[in-house]
Amino acid sequence: MRPLLAASGIGKRFGGLQALDGVTLEVAAGHIHGLIGPNGAGKTTLFNVLTGLYSADAGTVQLDGEVIGGLEPHRVVAAGLSRTFQNIRLFAATPVLDNVLVGAHLRGSEGLLGALFPSPALRREQARLRDQALALLDYVGVGKHAARPAGELSYGDQRRVEIARALAAEPKLLALDEPAAGMNPAETEALRDLLARIRHDGTTLLLIEHDVKLVMGLCDRVTVLDFGRRIADGAPEAVRNDPAVIAAYLGSPAGGAPE
Amino acid sequence: MSARRLLLLLLAAVALAAIPWLVDGLLGVTWVRILSFAALYVVLALGLNITVGYAGLLDLGYIAFFAVGAYTYALLSSPQFGLHWPLWATLPLSAGAAGLFGLLLGTPLLRLRGDYLAIVTLGFGEITRIFINNLNSPVNITNGPQGVNQIDALRVGGVDFSQALHVGGFEVPAAYMPCLLFILLAALLAWACTRLQTSRIGRAWQAIRQDPLAAAACGIDLRRYKLLAFALGASAGGMAGGLFAGFQGFISPESFSLTESIMVLCMIVLGGMGHVPGVIVGALILATLPEALRALGPLQQALLGHVWVDPADLRMLVFGLALVAMMLVRPAGLWPRGAGR
Repeated sequence: MRPLLAASGIGKRFGGLQALDGVTLEVAAGHIHGLIGPNGAGKTTLFNVLTGLYSADAGTVQLDGEVIGGLEPHRVVAAGLSRTFQNIRLFAATPVLDNVLVGAHLRGSEGLLGALFPSPALRREQARLRDQALALLDYVGVGKHAARPAGELSYGDQRRVEIARALAAEPKLLALDEPAAGMNPAETEALRDLLARIRHDGTTLLLIEHDVKLVMGLCDRVTVLDFGRRIADGAPEAVRNDPAVIAAYLGSPAGGAPE
Repeated sequence: MSARRLLLLLLAAVALAAIPWLVDGLLGVTWVRILSFAALYVVLALGLNITVGYAGLLDLGYIAFFAVGAYTYALLSSPQFGLHWPLWATLPLSAGAAGLFGLLLGTPLLRLRGDYLAIVTLGFGEITRIFINNLNSPVNITNGPQGVNQIDALRVGGVDFSQALHVGGFEVPAAYMPCLLFILLAALLAWACTRLQTSRIGRAWQAIRQDPLAAAACGIDLRRYKLLAFALGASAGGMAGGLFAGFQGFISPESFSLTESIMVLCMIVLGGMGHVPGVIVGALILATLPEALRALGPLQQALLGHVWVDPADLRMLVFGLALVAMMLVRPAGLWPRGAGR
């Protein structure tokens, strides 16, 4: 079966640093796919290439058969790939609900004339998007904060709003950059349930995560990067026992480290 | 639309239309003319508010669009080229030409942010003024520093906005006519801005203003929405320019100096950036303040027996002090957007 996301041979260089070197990543539809690796391995760089924030020096990216490599960020979203950021990037002064409505930007059709003189159809569309945004906030568990400025919410809730904002575009693939960073164990547990629910409801997930327990328990497949190269790819159990992965994480010669 | 909303709308219209009579009765007819200019400044400030307040693009050369609009109107309805086009053609053309100018300026600026954008727009504003100042040779287009004279008055159909209007037995004095027109247009623009702000476009601007990268990651085409903000703001400025030309009857490049750009920006900052009622209040205050401070001359005479400081000098001093005090006491403006909005 054709993978939902197929990136192959991705290369990206910053000056003298080869941040990505021929990385291949395939995400199957319906999976939660983990992307792990030590700090500086190139995970976020790969994310930025996939979502159009960086242009790659080499390689191709396809989403559901459509070439998205080299597209501008907003076109990548239109093609069906939405993301969140490692350091939360909500519109802090804007109400939570409006943050999600911005996420639904591409699903609206209201233009300049429509804003001034909305037709009944446009009014219905905007009302529908609003209802869906509210439902989405309930879905991720922050519905009661809809009217508050996003910047006032707790760290964990802001992460949830960011996920809701990304989901509002109805993506085929949702890419999350360290969603559990800074969360306490209880919040991480709740996040795991949410991510499992999102997958169950039909959205494929690609996940950068440092919390190895979370990744191993949740992911169907894991890709490991180190120094810009893919060093392992497979089921969580297989990857966990891969000598190259153990070496990368512990910095010792392959096979020399105990589990 | 419900009957209650219709009634409110009607009341608001009557209240706005009554303003010239009220001002004349309370302050005298010179103030009606001052108010006409103030209403033009409201249009300008609301336009710049789209670019700066909504989309967060700091434009320090905004008055250039005012100039483009004014010259478009002037050249199409004055003896300069012997053209006397009607208002329904010249005013949209003024707005359109300025909007096009906004697009032309905006396109190369898309990659610039913050300070850099401000510097380039500042340069653009000055270039436009100098260009107009020197465009009298080899082919005389703008008539250079002398400016364009004998510009046709604002006239639509049979209504001349420089003459008194007789409706039945009722007379609207000549001084009230432009004032009423400008108030009407400012009110329409304020309504449009309010609608835009809460629309899909307004949300996109709000997102771009706060975090362009995150906005792009939400599917917003930055180029398109930044250009839209530039063009819409410029069009409003161009419309104000056309009205200004028709109202004054003559224009010259010195009306479009950097100080004017800064003044319009101050109106927005003073009132409350991004908030329509605040912007209107800011524009009205700063446009009428210099006139109000003229009273300082007679006041000194009465209290101190002698005019110690020229009111014109004192005006700038008071103006400066007021701005500094504002920044200290109410940094978000006199009437900022409420929390949670």
